[in-house]
Amino acid sequence: MLGPILETLIGGLMTGVLYALVALGFVLIFKASGVFNFAQGSMVLFAALSVARLSEVMPLIVAVLIAIVIMVALAYAIEFLVLRRLVNQEGIILFMATLGIAYFLEGFGEAVWGSDIYKINLGISKNPLFLFEGIFPGGLLIDREEIAAAVACAILVAGLAIFFQVTRVGRALRAVADDHQAAQSVGIPLNYIWLIVWAVSGIVAIAAGMVWGSKLGVQFSISLVALKALPVLILGGFTSIPGAIIGGLIIGAGEKLAEVLLSPMLVKWFDLAGGGIENWFAYVLALVFLLFRPQGLFGERIIERI
Amino acid sequence: MLYREAGQFKTSYRSDQAIFPIVQDRWFMWGLIAFGFLVLPLFANQYLYTEVLIPVLILSLAAIGLNILTGYCGQLSLGTGGFMAVGAYASYNLLLRLPDTNLIVVFLFGGLMAMLVGVLFGIPSLRIKGFYLAVATLASQFFLEWVFARVKWFTNYAPSGSVAVANLDLFGFPIQTPQQKYLFVLAVVVVLGFAAKNLVRGRIGRMWMAMRDMDIAAEIIGIRPLHAKLSAFAVSSFYIGVAGALWAFLRLGSWEPLAFDINRSFQILFMVIIGGLGSILGSFLGAAFIVLIPIFLNQAPGLLGVPLSTAMISHLEFMIFGVMIVFFLIVEPHGFARLWAIAKEKLRLWPFPY
Repeated sequence: MLGPILETLIGGLMTGVLYALVALGFVLIFKASGVFNFAQGSMVLFAALSVARLSEVMPLIVAVLIAIVIMVALAYAIEFLVLRRLVNQEGIILFMATLGIAYFLEGFGEAVWGSDIYKINLGISKNPLFLFEGIFPGGLLIDREEIAAAVACAILVAGLAIFFQVTRVGRALRAVADDHQAAQSVGIPLNYIWLIVWAVSGIVAIAAGMVWGSKLGVQFSISLVALKALPVLILGGFTSIPGAIIGGLIIGAGEKLAEVLLSPMLVKWFDLAGGGIENWFAYVLALVFLLFRPQGLFGERIIERI
Repeated sequence: MLYREAGQFKTSYRSDQAIFPIVQDRWFMWGLIAFGFLVLPLFANQYLYTEVLIPVLILSLAAIGLNILTGYCGQLSLGTGGFMAVGAYASYNLLLRLPDTNLIVVFLFGGLMAMLVGVLFGIPSLRIKGFYLAVATLASQFFLEWVFARVKWFTNYAPSGSVAVANLDLFGFPIQTPQQKYLFVLAVVVVLGFAAKNLVRGRIGRMWMAMRDMDIAAEIIGIRPLHAKLSAFAVSSFYIGVAGALWAFLRLGSWEPLAFDINRSFQILFMVIIGGLGSILGSFLGAAFIVLIPIFLNQAPGLLGVPLSTAMISHLEFMIFGVMIVFFLIVEPHGFARLWAIAKEKLRLWPFPY
């Protein structure tokens, strides 16, 4: 009994890493510009589509480089055409604008790259690994791709941490995140910072898109998977990068365990037509969590009383 | 010249507090209702009824519901689709189990059930607000969608998971042809629309607006946040529930939970934002815009004579829709309602602006 549960747990944690990758993009933009970027999911889809289609005609590494250029160009376009013109609007207006961007990107991506299911081949063997065969009968089954995802995530987070803590641009980013006006008054150009943040989260989207794409195939549903990043954000706090990672792990593991353990019980008690509580479990978990700790695990404490 | 209120003196409290204090507005409203009930049925065809008029009216009702919550009380919600589903399935089950129930009672029941669920999912709003609340309402969206897809009792153990209603009637009058459906929907929307207009300009509406503008100040002048927020959730979900029931019964006829998925929630939110937050009129204008745009985009390539594949058209539709939303937000972030207000202001002075 313990073996399968442990396997589910590990599988869930690995899925959680993928959620965390998407959530990271949200956090970066929310921190620096206060924009709740709903287009992150579409950016992941768009990035994955670009990589998948480009890698059909050229080596993967070149495809990724070109995809990075595309995402930076996209960030520039968004900053120049949308954000710059909506400075000083309320949060909900900016949120709606990113919804518009999300629609546009979904249509644009599929119009340019096509709307079939594409594959990204990362060159990782599809055979799963078996670990601890001595301890559990049959061993624990782990996908190599999931390990690759975890490693990619770790590298990205480490890279981002260095970028934020050490570099000059990173310091400017943190200053903007702290206080827009103060940052501007000491001479940090806001537009430039926003451009960088959107570009960075575009690059994070490439990483997320490649890992998701190699796991599930590149298709429209990737942009929906990105919605799962929202409960992750609630759990971790909107402004915390470690929160995004840990929240992702909790949500990923929680929903897989719930699907395996809780779902059969619910089906039996209520005579349901199948389980599938994965679809909402993360949200309800986040909702319950909110009642007790509204600012999330690592979010900035909101002192304001409601 | 046409729209001048000079000389219209208010001589009683009654006239001071009228819904439309200006005579021209009043006549315009009566004219519009008469046009909807009497003139439109003379020339409208089936396509106009089922693809334009009925969807616009029903979705306006849902938009009014969301506008009460988001525009008037300031609580962002992404669970509209879920609450619509509650209205639809509650009505369906009442009609299924008590087939002789009056249709009005059926729709009211749908609204009331949605109201109950809405209040339940509105409880987190007492502790959180803004985007945190938006994500919390997503929980209701996904949970409710799942409930209606999985719990067999709600769909009467239908193997396909899709349910249908047919042969509706009200006091013996059948509601089956598009025209009959349209007239019924119009009547419901007129009644509920006026009710909403009256609610938001009365005590309770002012309470919501105070809550929206600054919750702490509102609390200090004696408005109970619990009361204000949950009543907004209740009224809003009632409207959304009735709209959901109407949508399922009179627009779709047979439906499955997918009809009320997250895209429906976004669609209604778009209507509210584009129409104008905090405006009943805006809800109607926004709904009309969002319903008509895809129809227009579908027809445009054919009219222009550009040959495009269906897949390409749907991609282009997405793109143009997204661009229009962004464009509209940049040009007029306060929506159609603001444009209307500006037009009215101009009209007062026209044609002698100085």
